[in-house]
Amino acid sequence: MKKILVCLKQVPHKDARLDVRSDGSWIQDDNIKFEINDYDTYALEEALRLKDQGEAEVVVATVGPERAAQALRTALGMGADRAIHIWDDALAETDGLGIAKALAAAAKDENFDIIFTGLMSDDANCAVTGPMLAELLGIPHITAVVKTEFKNGDVEVERELEGGALEVASLPQPCLLAVQTGINEVRYASLKGIMQAKKKPLDKKDLGELGLDAAAVAPKLTVEKIFVPPKGAGAEIIEGPADEVASKLVGKIKELGLF
Amino acid sequence: MDFAPDPELRAIEQEVQKLAATFGDDYWLDHDERKAFPWEFYRAFAAGGWMGTIIPEKYGGAGLGVLAAGTLLRAVAGSAGAMNAGSTLHLSIFGMGPVIHHGSEAMKQRYLPPTATGELHVSFGVTEDDAGTDTSRIRTFARRDGDRFIVSGKKVWNTKAQQAQKILLLVRTTPREECAKPLDGMTLLLADLDPAYCEIREILKLGRNAVNSNEVFIHDLPVPSEDVVGEVGRGFYQLLDGINPERIMLAAEAVGIGRRALELAVAYAKQRVVFDRPIGQNQAIAHPLADSHSELEAADLLWQSAAWAYDHGDRSGGKTNIAKLRAAEAGFRACDRALQTFGGFGYAREFHVERYWREARLLRLAPISQEMALNHIAEHVLGLPRSY
Ligand SMILES: Cc1cc2nc3c(=O)[nH]c(=O)nc-3n(C[C@H](O)[C@H](O)[C@H](O)COP(=O)(O)OP(=O)(O)OC[C@H]3O[C@@H](n4cnc5c(N)ncnc54)[C@H](O)[C@@H]3O)c2cc1C
Repeated sequence: MKKILVCLKQVPHKDARLDVRSDGSWIQDDNIKFEINDYDTYALEEALRLKDQGEAEVVVATVGPERAAQALRTALGMGADRAIHIWDDALAETDGLGIAKALAAAAKDENFDIIFTGLMSDDANCAVTGPMLAELLGIPHITAVVKTEFKNGDVEVERELEGGALEVASLPQPCLLAVQTGINEVRYASLKGIMQAKKKPLDKKDLGELGLDAAAVAPKLTVEKIFVPPKGAGAEIIEGPADEVASKLVGKIKELGLF
Repeated sequence: MDFAPDPELRAIEQEVQKLAATFGDDYWLDHDERKAFPWEFYRAFAAGGWMGTIIPEKYGGAGLGVLAAGTLLRAVAGSAGAMNAGSTLHLSIFGMGPVIHHGSEAMKQRYLPPTATGELHVSFGVTEDDAGTDTSRIRTFARRDGDRFIVSGKKVWNTKAQQAQKILLLVRTTPREECAKPLDGMTLLLADLDPAYCEIREILKLGRNAVNSNEVFIHDLPVPSEDVVGEVGRGFYQLLDGINPERIMLAAEAVGIGRRALELAVAYAKQRVVFDRPIGQNQAIAHPLADSHSELEAADLLWQSAAWAYDHGDRSGGKTNIAKLRAAEAGFRACDRALQTFGGFGYAREFHVERYWREARLLRLAPISQEMALNHIAEHVLGLPRSY
């Protein structure tokens, strides 16, 4: 039976209102809705399709505070078999590498055949956790995956390149695939799925249980501040009658090589 | 007392919101205008197993309570589909309550599993023109004929009768004059809505037009005795196991539709600039929206408290009617204020709030009018003398 790990992150909901905290450290996220990172839902769907096709156990894992358990429950409701919820106060300030270390510690004795992650997270946009996790586990990885095919031990993937070109590549298993959005149609949890999710195992692990400590996940990268760029800077407002505005706009677009 | 959100209810809400969001305002406007039943929406929810929310697990459902069903329907009515979406689903969800509580084992085995999968549609046949709210005056009569009944009469407002194979029909089996109490002598039948004996005519109405409501003329419809729900003569009392959950779930839907309208209104109030400022900066626009938000929050607690009480065996109906009364007011007011916020554009179909407004108006009339909910509260909660 194949063992598959899907790493997912809970991020602010697409419709959530995003205000920067007064100290500029991050967004104000005390009272907003969260959801599973969009990229990760496609990763999960890809894993669940493998499960639908035959024998596979799908494990989902997240690093995140108490609230992130909801993301795991949703994944269990969609059909994952069990969940690992990693959290520790020492992880609150960590970076992509720290998260990758925590995930690697949880994954190392499980011998997963395939690990799926999303290409990046909607909130931090770093696109590093997947590749770092693969390196820490010493397995090959590939990013921007848009199609997967599993052939006797190997995985053949298509990945997206700049300008719409595709690349075909082949990897041995075990390996890690970081997937692009839109590659499949993500299922909805059924009511039965949600009911069954209650009975599925959801293991909580802190750093000690993973054989790590705060020093191991201390951030190498610190966020100094986040801010919304001031309005107006860099914008050019074209004024005048509609036909003039239109021809100036077309000129501008051509000039910038946007078309 | 614990107000922490329940993880399972949150999961239900989130998944339903996601699924419902795939059917946008244009889908619903189109179906409303064409009076076309939203089959794609119905099938998507049936496939997710949502019709079986309160049906026991033994008969293919999820065996959850009214609180879970209300959570589901609040999210459904809070989507672009509003009451059209709610009414597409809710009869399948609460309609079979009397069968769950009073039906024979054979009846449950036969009819609950296809209700849970969504294959079987059941219409609700209680209201009659001449009886109105005074249900004891219904005249549709079932006369015994060996081991079957023969039914004749006329029902009105039967929602989804055009899709339904069955109708949960309240009939007289003993004339009112011959009964000790006016509400005795009625029987509940799970009858075939057989076109050979039943003529269905659609009622043209103010809103919620993707889902039909009809007049049903019944001529000598045969109903075998095994289709009697529970006991002959006790039909009205057994019906209460459909009616109370229905009122609670519709209160939840009222909160949903109100929130939907408010959401659109708030977004519009931020972005519409008149006199060089967003209209939402004017307190005349902001305060009504803030007020409606607080009314909807209050109504939301009321229906949940009524649902919790029902799920814990409270059949008194006081909380149910209080929730229905307040939620219907809060929901309609939110839609009305949303329409006002949109100004003239609120009156235009393509902005959708007029559709919500037409649909929310219904909740002050049905499934029970506000006046009758007040009568219930006055008599049964406050102990005042019965007024009618
Ligand atoms: C869109 C729609 C769908 C419906 N779907 C269904 C369905 O599927 N199945 C079904 O059986 N029914 C259905 N109904 C019917 C609905 O339940 C009734 O319309 C409602 O119960 C009111 O009955 P009525 O219209 O006869 O009003 P009436 O009883 O004629 O009342 C008229 C007015 O007088 C008031 N009134 C009457 N008596 C009193 C009193 N004693 N004290 C104070 N005020 C009083 C009422 O509150 C109301 O405002 C539906 C109705 C609508 C509009």
